Amino acid sequence: MPKRVTSVNDSPLVPMPTEAFIPQRDLGKTPILECRHLGIDFGGLTAVDDFNLILGRTEIAGLIGPNGAGKTTVFNLLTKVYQPTRGTILLDGRDTHSMNTVQINKMGIARTFQNIRLFNNLSVEDNVKLGMHNSIRYGMFSGILRLPAYWTQERIAHERALELLSLFDMQDLAGAKAGSLPYGAQRRLEIVRALATNPSLLLLDEPAAGMNPSETTELMENIVKIRDTFNIAVLLIEHDMNLVMGICEGICVLNFGKVIAKGTPAQIQSDPTVIEAYLGKKKEA
Amino acid sequence: MNKLKTIDRSVRRNFLTYAIVIVAYVLLQLLSSARGFSPTLRGQLVPICAYVVMALSLNLTVGILGELSLGHAGFMSVGAFSGAIAASALQAAVPSPGARLAIAMLIGAIFAGIVGTIISVPVLRLNGDYLAIVTLAFGQIIKSLIENLYVGVDDAGLHFSFLKPSITLAQGGRMILNGPMGIPNITKISTFLAGFILILITLVIIFNLVRSRAGRAIMALRDNRIAAESVGINVTKYKMMAFVTSAALAGAAGALFALGQNTIVAAKFDFNTSILILVFVVLGGLGNMLGSIIAAAALTILPEALRGFADYRMLIYAIVLILVMLGTNSPQLKAMLQKLLPGKKREEV
Ligand SMILES: Nc1ncnc2c1ncn2[C@@H]1O[C@H](COP(=O)(O)OP(=O)(O)O)[C@@H](O)[C@H]1O
Ligand SMILES: [Mg+2]
Repeated sequence: MPKRVTSVNDSPLVPMPTEAFIPQRDLGKTPILECRHLGIDFGGLTAVDDFNLILGRTEIAGLIGPNGAGKTTVFNLLTKVYQPTRGTILLDGRDTHSMNTVQINKMGIARTFQNIRLFNNLSVEDNVKLGMHNSIRYGMFSGILRLPAYWTQERIAHERALELLSLFDMQDLAGAKAGSLPYGAQRRLEIVRALATNPSLLLLDEPAAGMNPSETTELMENIVKIRDTFNIAVLLIEHDMNLVMGICEGICVLNFGKVIAKGTPAQIQSDPTVIEAYLGKKKEA
Repeated sequence: MNKLKTIDRSVRRNFLTYAIVIVAYVLLQLLSSARGFSPTLRGQLVPICAYVVMALSLNLTVGILGELSLGHAGFMSVGAFSGAIAASALQAAVPSPGARLAIAMLIGAIFAGIVGTIISVPVLRLNGDYLAIVTLAFGQIIKSLIENLYVGVDDAGLHFSFLKPSITLAQGGRMILNGPMGIPNITKISTFLAGFILILITLVIIFNLVRSRAGRAIMALRDNRIAAESVGINVTKYKMMAFVTSAALAGAAGALFALGQNTIVAAKFDFNTSILILVFVVLGGLGNMLGSIIAAAALTILPEALRGFADYRMLIYAIVLILVMLGTNSPQLKAMLQKLLPGKKREEV
């Protein structure tokens, strides 16, 4: 039985329209994310089709499925790396149609990448400060002329960066080059950088990939801690079932670009279609 | 601990660059006034400064922004001609040569900046090879345009004509720019001091830009564009900022260069010049400003200094090229330099 690290405000899921569930504590508030009939085709290939999802404002949810199921593509649709071929995305109740990646981030979605994408030649601290780019307020000329705005804003940014890094106990690495960090630390830095953008929804693409079991356990605790500290929603893609079953309140299973099951960890674990998708069709006896 | 050390290092490196530039200026100025230079060598001081600024500004595009530009001489050309025309037209209005030079460089920077802005609209939608090809074409287009431009001045002001050298000027008017013949009889007002100041201003702009919010965003685009967008960084805005700053600095360098020559023609700022500046940047090391300064200065002065050894000139030039490349890019030699420099600790792996 997987360990549950879920937090204080663990509440039962309640039904929503379009066969979705959200935690009871988030009921009555606008869902942070709502996808309706989302889909994308690459040429002849339908990578994602009729994807529906509702996420509560403080929910930790999991997106799972075999390799090539379309999970990363869903993240790329949500962040507008790809424009959807069909369907609607509502972020905090607002339609994100015709928005681009930068606007989506300003609206409150931050993400990490399956293949780590750090600013490798910059320091750890600069990576985090880049996450704070839109909350640091001084212009090019204040920077070149070193006007007072530069000094005050940079000092605040420096302190905030160290504070965020200390979430993962990484403040001592602030001056190291991001590209020189060990794999696990790079994954953590990506999360810190995403958090620095002040999101209301955090998307994590295989955050535990390449981590050892003790790092993974620590990551689980940290994801819950992040949700509780910042009061945000987290949607994560992960193959580590201990992590998914341990901290996710709702789980959505994708296969061949389609949602094949949705529900609580307990429901998903006993769902025959999910077992079939993961283990292959059982031979009829 | 760790952090302080790293930040220290980059700040120290910037100060080292300023210090080397200042010391080099003082030494060269002393040598020059003590008649330690041949007249040809002394005549090279202003072009060296201009090429150093060209290399520094191109390093902003290539090393910091990470985009290959093959038309940097085009911006130098815009700055050279607009600056020289301004200086010529203002001869009576601004009698002080120093002030006139400053205005000319500013005008050169503004015009090159405007051209850079116009060019950046199509250019910055492209990436990599496509961007390089378009900048290459841009350099050639600028050359052709200026070769067909005629400018005269009289009491009524400046008069322009394109393709036809037929400008009717009032009594006492004169031609400044004669199409392919360029601008003859330039009053030389550029000085080594002005060149030195321009280098310092360029360094301050580049170093301070790099260590600020905007500079971080520019380097983020270089390291990972998709990640930069994902944290809300506007790609076009920061690409443009780097590109236009680079163009404006090249424009100022162009004006400095032009006003140190007797004559300038558009053909001088062709593809070969763009490549030469790119060679300075690559040899000096991408993103390495001190390297750009050394490479530009050494390779500008060398052909002149070697005139006496005509037979071996190309051989020595090639050897120096290789040495500069090794010196600025090889980790072993860098580590050795690091040890030799006081206060520098061993390289962190
Ligand atoms: N840009 C693209 N062009 C064409 N096909 C793509 C593209 N991105 C993803 N795909 C395809 O979409 C499917 C889902 O991929 P992905 O979302 O990465 O799967 P995963 O669930 O493993 O994250 C795969 O078949 C992949 O080849
Ligand atoms: Mg994936």
